[in-house]
Amino acid sequence: MSVDFAIEPLAEDALLLRFGDGIDIDVNARVHAAAHAIRAAKLAGIVDVAPAYATLLVRFDPFSRGGDALPEAVTRVLDRGFQQGEDNEPEASASRKLPTQRTEIPVCYGGEYGPDLGAIAQRAGMTPDEVVERHLRAEYTVAMLGFAPGFPYLLGLDPALHAPRRANPRTRVPAGSVAIGGAQTGIYPRELPGGWNLIGRTPLVLFDSGRHPPCLLAPGDRVRFCAVDADEFRRLAERDA
Amino acid sequence: MIEVIKPGLLTTFQDAGRPGFAHFGIGRSGAFDAPARRIANALCGNPDDACALEITLSGPRLRMREAACIAVTGAPIPFRIDGIEQPMWAPVPVPAGATIDLGTMSSGCRSYLAVRGGFDLAPVLGSRSVDVNAKLGPHAGRALGAGDVLPIAAADVREDARARPTWWIDPRPWFDQDAQAPLRLLPGNHLDALTESSRESLFSETFRVRADSNRTGLRLDGPPLELARPIEMISEGCVPGLLQLPPSGQPIAFGPECPVSGGYPRIGQVAVVDMPRLAQLRPGDAVRFTPCTFEGALHALRERERMLDTLTVNIAARLAP
Repeated sequence: MSVDFAIEPLAEDALLLRFGDGIDIDVNARVHAAAHAIRAAKLAGIVDVAPAYATLLVRFDPFSRGGDALPEAVTRVLDRGFQQGEDNEPEASASRKLPTQRTEIPVCYGGEYGPDLGAIAQRAGMTPDEVVERHLRAEYTVAMLGFAPGFPYLLGLDPALHAPRRANPRTRVPAGSVAIGGAQTGIYPRELPGGWNLIGRTPLVLFDSGRHPPCLLAPGDRVRFCAVDADEFRRLAERDA
Repeated sequence: MIEVIKPGLLTTFQDAGRPGFAHFGIGRSGAFDAPARRIANALCGNPDDACALEITLSGPRLRMREAACIAVTGAPIPFRIDGIEQPMWAPVPVPAGATIDLGTMSSGCRSYLAVRGGFDLAPVLGSRSVDVNAKLGPHAGRALGAGDVLPIAAADVREDARARPTWWIDPRPWFDQDAQAPLRLLPGNHLDALTESSRESLFSETFRVRADSNRTGLRLDGPPLELARPIEMISEGCVPGLLQLPPSGQPIAFGPECPVSGGYPRIGQVAVVDMPRLAQLRPGDAVRFTPCTFEGALHALRERERMLDTLTVNIAARLAP
């Protein structure tokens, strides 16, 4: 069974593969599977394979041999990679067994670290503790990284916690802030301006250009949060510094 | 070492960019006028991927602590060493202790300064390009400041430091003095979503570069462009050259420090071969667009690359002892 997707040429050196139009966990899963299959196929000239919610950006070297044939090559890889059943080509099996990284992220909720927790609770008609409990209960998928290096857009937020962005964005959101924006939750990898609602903060460093890989989270990763108190936050912050 | 006495308006280290990290939300950055950066390095005998200073509108004043050889390319900029005017697009010897003055560009927006041996900087994620938005690259991802000291790698400077350059290359293929020709625009996937009159305006009217333009993007003023129907979009991958249409109806052409994803309609894509011309547009400049096919754009790009390859080979032969 091959998966429906459309190839949209973006530039002389870029293609956009479209798997759907909305923010949907199944569509997004196909994007990650495709990204993995394309990376595993090691097609000549490909330099970037970057997932978004429903699309996959593929950038290539416009001077490499085979650049013209890339749309066909990508289609071949994906038709093969998405096949189920007795296909024993290595690329195909690689895409079926997606190596999903699971990461647990400690968060100190509320107080100075989560100044908007009360407002989110009020909006949802629950106590702050119930908001935290629901935020902890879900497993999230890193749909994509963007906005700033290492900023994960996480899918899987409990619908009761959905909340619009703040009318007045903050000019400085501290690094590590865990936030809710619309139907999503995310983590600010460094101090940035931002309009999402801050419910807590993680002591983990999400982005460090000297680290390999530089980001704690990659597209397609699964994330769970765990609650820590202020003392544990400080201890972990010193360890991760 | 090079001492920065005065940094200029916005002077940053730029090389060929930082590919391969878009999935982490990290853009490429890199020189906006890529051929000018490459030629500056070729004139210094440096490899293609070496780093240069990208200078914006108004240049720095630098003091060279040791004898060196430098080259300045890109937009025409007054260039003096110890007060004596020097040619651009040439390898220029600099005596130890000399002051290099780069003035204010009369046209264009970006010039490049390379030094023989190259700047001695540790790459960050494989590149020496500064990305000021992401705060990435050498110098903690910031532009030069007064008092900065720039390390340069040891290089063999054989020239008589007081000698004037005896040759330079013809800048005409690499800097468009008479920037009247429209930029080639590939169709974006929402081009057909524009009203018929907006589609016509896009290719017939003149737009102006706004003052709040930068390496992230050039904001254009012109006849407001309208969509025939609203488009609900979610964030998708973006690349430099993208012409996107925010709700204001005034398009933005993305530069090398553009976000890696965005959610505004895409009405076009500036051909890669015309990105150096986009790079050289300054606030107030006129911009026009002409439709172009992917085949045509790729053909022009490969043609340009061949010219550039030939030029760098010829420069290397000239520099050979």
